[in-house]
Amino acid sequence: MIIESSDQVPRATLLKRFPVPRNFGVTPESRIDRGKTWPAPAGAVRVKSFEIYRYEPDSGENPRLDTFEVNLDDCGPMVLDALFWIKNNVDSTLTFRRSCREGVCGSCAMNMDGTNWLACTRFISDLGTPATIYPLANMRVIKDLVPDLTHVFAQYAMIEPWLQSKTPEPETERLQSPEERSKLDGYYECILCFCCTSGCPSHWWNGDRFLGPAALLQAWRWLVDSRDEATGERLDILEDPFRLYRCHTILNCTRTCPKGLNPGKAIAETKKMLIERRS
Amino acid sequence: MSNQMAKRPRPRSPNIQIYRPQLTSVLSIVNRITGVVLSVCAVVLVVWLIAAATGPHTYAVVQGAIASWIGRIVLFGATFSFFLHLCGGIRHLVWDTVQGFELRSIYASGWAVVAASVVLTVAAWLTSLFAG
Repeated sequence: MIIESSDQVPRATLLKRFPVPRNFGVTPESRIDRGKTWPAPAGAVRVKSFEIYRYEPDSGENPRLDTFEVNLDDCGPMVLDALFWIKNNVDSTLTFRRSCREGVCGSCAMNMDGTNWLACTRFISDLGTPATIYPLANMRVIKDLVPDLTHVFAQYAMIEPWLQSKTPEPETERLQSPEERSKLDGYYECILCFCCTSGCPSHWWNGDRFLGPAALLQAWRWLVDSRDEATGERLDILEDPFRLYRCHTILNCTRTCPKGLNPGKAIAETKKMLIERRS
Repeated sequence: MSNQMAKRPRPRSPNIQIYRPQLTSVLSIVNRITGVVLSVCAVVLVVWLIAAATGPHTYAVVQGAIASWIGRIVLFGATFSFFLHLCGGIRHLVWDTVQGFELRSIYASGWAVVAASVVLTVAAWLTSLFAG
């Protein structure tokens, strides 16, 4: 099956998950226990179950997987609506990040049915039954569906995501031609939801040193910016066996980006620019 | 209480245990596995050559093992690994020129790699069985 755009939900998959043990390589504090089941309210006709990752830091217990039965007749169409329905009607302690509810802010990025996406732009009807909802993959969890993004934001800071110039500050704006500006298209739209970095197997295994697709896409966004004058220094930061070159072009990033951007291409462009600098 | 909390590290959310296999990640891990298989095959090739250089008796033993049913199944797998790795490698070379990064191209080239490997493997075996 050919996927044309990242918002396409796979219709048929041979395997819903890789054939590895449930607790494959999992440290003791990360093992997931079976949780509670919260039945649908009496009289609900259209009911769908959601298996949701729960973690309560103050309990001293391990994470668990709770099952919630959601009354679809009383609930909006998106996964975020289902989470709100649960929070309002069943368990008010269910914790998740959200803000804009229209795919602009990137707060509600999470793993739904095995792929990362924004809960506000994923239809409930696109999820299987039971629908499985985890926090963004491979992140330290603060509570329930709230991942600790400290590390990935530190990696973002490492690529120095701001305009750097050496020439004296101009009297007016720094102008760009329409052609120069168009080189930023497909890169400046990144909302830093970290769906891509969290879905990158290379980042799972080497996330301590590999910067990950989100940071590297931003690195390219500044490398191609005609107003930026620190291209050499930026390439120096990236020229490293791990920071950039742990990308093995798996392309889970491009497959999962909720904004339809292409981190894989940005990284390939960066690698090409580094080769051209050498020759 | 805060001391107690500080001792307990935050859990890490599952990654490979829950992430859905996709053509992208599956072909990547397959490329890696076939690379390992081919490394082992290179050793087998060396064993076969040494046996041929050692003498007719040793060669007959090794050749017998390779020509047995199990040997042939392994050899078929090795051929398939070879073509998958070859086609996958070509795909990566094209990517290195920053071509074919649209999602449609990624999936089209991925399935093309799978199809080409199957066709080439079958063609190679038919050629060696009937033309050799």
